[in-house]
Amino acid sequence: MNAYAPILGLILLAAVFAVGSVAFSVVAGPKRFNRARLDSYECGIEPTPQPVGGGRFPVKYYLTAMTFIIFDIEIIFLYPWAVRFDHLGVFGFVAMVTFIFLITVPFIYEWRRGGLDWD
Amino acid sequence: MIGLSADTNANEIAGFGSDPWWIIAIKVVAIFVLLILLTLFNIVFERKVVARMQHRLGPNRTGPKGWLQSLADGTKLMFKEDIIPKAADKVVYVLAPIVALVPSFLILAVIPMGPEVSIFGTETRLQLTDLPVAVLFTLAIASVGVYGLMLAGWSSGSTYPLLGGLRSTAQVISYELVMGLSFVGVFLFAGTMSTSGIVAEQERLWYGIILLPSFLIYLISMVGETNRAPFDLPEAEGELVAGWGTEYSSFKYAMFFQAEYFNMVNVSAIATTLFLGGWRAPWPISAINDGMFNTGWWPLLWFLGKVVLLIFIFIWLRGTLPRLRYDQFMHFCWKVLLPISLVWIVAVAGMRLAFNEGLERNQILLYGGIVVAVLLIGSLLIPEKKTPAEPEPEEREFDAFAGGHPVPPMPGQEFVAARIPAATTQTDDRTEESSRA
Repeated sequence: MNAYAPILGLILLAAVFAVGSVAFSVVAGPKRFNRARLDSYECGIEPTPQPVGGGRFPVKYYLTAMTFIIFDIEIIFLYPWAVRFDHLGVFGFVAMVTFIFLITVPFIYEWRRGGLDWD
Repeated sequence: MIGLSADTNANEIAGFGSDPWWIIAIKVVAIFVLLILLTLFNIVFERKVVARMQHRLGPNRTGPKGWLQSLADGTKLMFKEDIIPKAADKVVYVLAPIVALVPSFLILAVIPMGPEVSIFGTETRLQLTDLPVAVLFTLAIASVGVYGLMLAGWSSGSTYPLLGGLRSTAQVISYELVMGLSFVGVFLFAGTMSTSGIVAEQERLWYGIILLPSFLIYLISMVGETNRAPFDLPEAEGELVAGWGTEYSSFKYAMFFQAEYFNMVNVSAIATTLFLGGWRAPWPISAINDGMFNTGWWPLLWFLGKVVLLIFIFIWLRGTLPRLRYDQFMHFCWKVLLPISLVWIVAVAGMRLAFNEGLERNQILLYGGIVVAVLLIGSLLIPEKKTPAEPEPEEREFDAFAGGHPVPPMPGQEFVAARIPAATTQTDDRTEESSRA
């Protein structure tokens, strides 16, 4: 049998459990209508109207996400290299150090330009 | 292709993928039950340990010595009203806890908990399955879990959950990078990404000892990855009410916390497998009677012992350390842990290479020094972002009652007592008069 098949079994069991417990709590819980209870929570005051389309949030999160993608790709290259390191010899080491260096230069640039500051 | 000759066709690890279906079914149910029992145990364990650290008793009423407290809490939450707020995106709102919970069940599927044992006369390993990319699989599954928290924050249609969801996403992806980098050293030494292979390679020496910096970086990042104190900023009660969970109630709320506690077990199990020798007994015990305690069902005990020890570290951190500020927390990841990880990877790879090639120590130091010097000089050439000079406050005098209600002075402003309105002085006079009378 395929090595991935048991994982599918576990996914199935977990999904049945998760969906089942959501459904069960809907059936088992009481239902008493209360207008205030359905409002958004805001410490007891009238909820602030939400801007249409979700509004804006700090650009820092975009920067973090973009930097994350760069380093995540670096990690994806690092893993097969690390697994086969003993077979690659000096060539593999020099190549990967060059690659890490190429990623590090823009990272230092971003750092020094304040791209990693949360103010 | 260099070096890809040995086992190019090996899509499956020896000893796996040959179990009969009923063994697989038993293992699937066993992992499910193990996770639930461990979580029920961990919640009470956490409350009891934190209580001890704060000189309290902790839960001691429900069941024997209070050990059924978490079960009672879960049952209570199941019978609470299930509220879907008016402003919520209903489909995503219901889906989010499921998305958070399901992936957290899957990581233990590739964690080895013991060597070959016999279940009803069939020889099998205490591990559901193993993949050539098992560790990559755990990372992938862990990132799917983040969607649960992000969607929960976004779909609630409220301010606090949105902020909590954003924080959680940024935090988990940042710490996932560091976590991913801390694995590279292990792969370098083990030469494989399969979890059972990594445990087998640690028979002589645990990677937690030879790769101590990797292990420490992993320990820090696993706390950040699971949103636990002192890194629990997405649900910081003092700032965000309950973060992404603010609008959730009933069992949906409980599901997020189940996912969180499952993930604690998961990251602890990964740490055990990659750095603490997996299911192998610790040194003095492993030497007894020619490795008797490394066979049969005994390893399950060592595995669970190591996991619970790591869970205790989680609780210890929560009981001891205050919560970080968000900017400090992100700085710590991007400006401290990430550079250290990168330098450590290069250093480990360099040492491994030097060991393989039989280089002399002086040459190693020379090449390493050149690399470090080039990096340092390069970082100095980049201009720093100029911070604008703070404008001098024009009005140095400060009127505390200008806006109608009293406010404290800003830095650089002087508090002028004469500006205090007449009403206040009158009251003072009156109190003085009454005291005189």
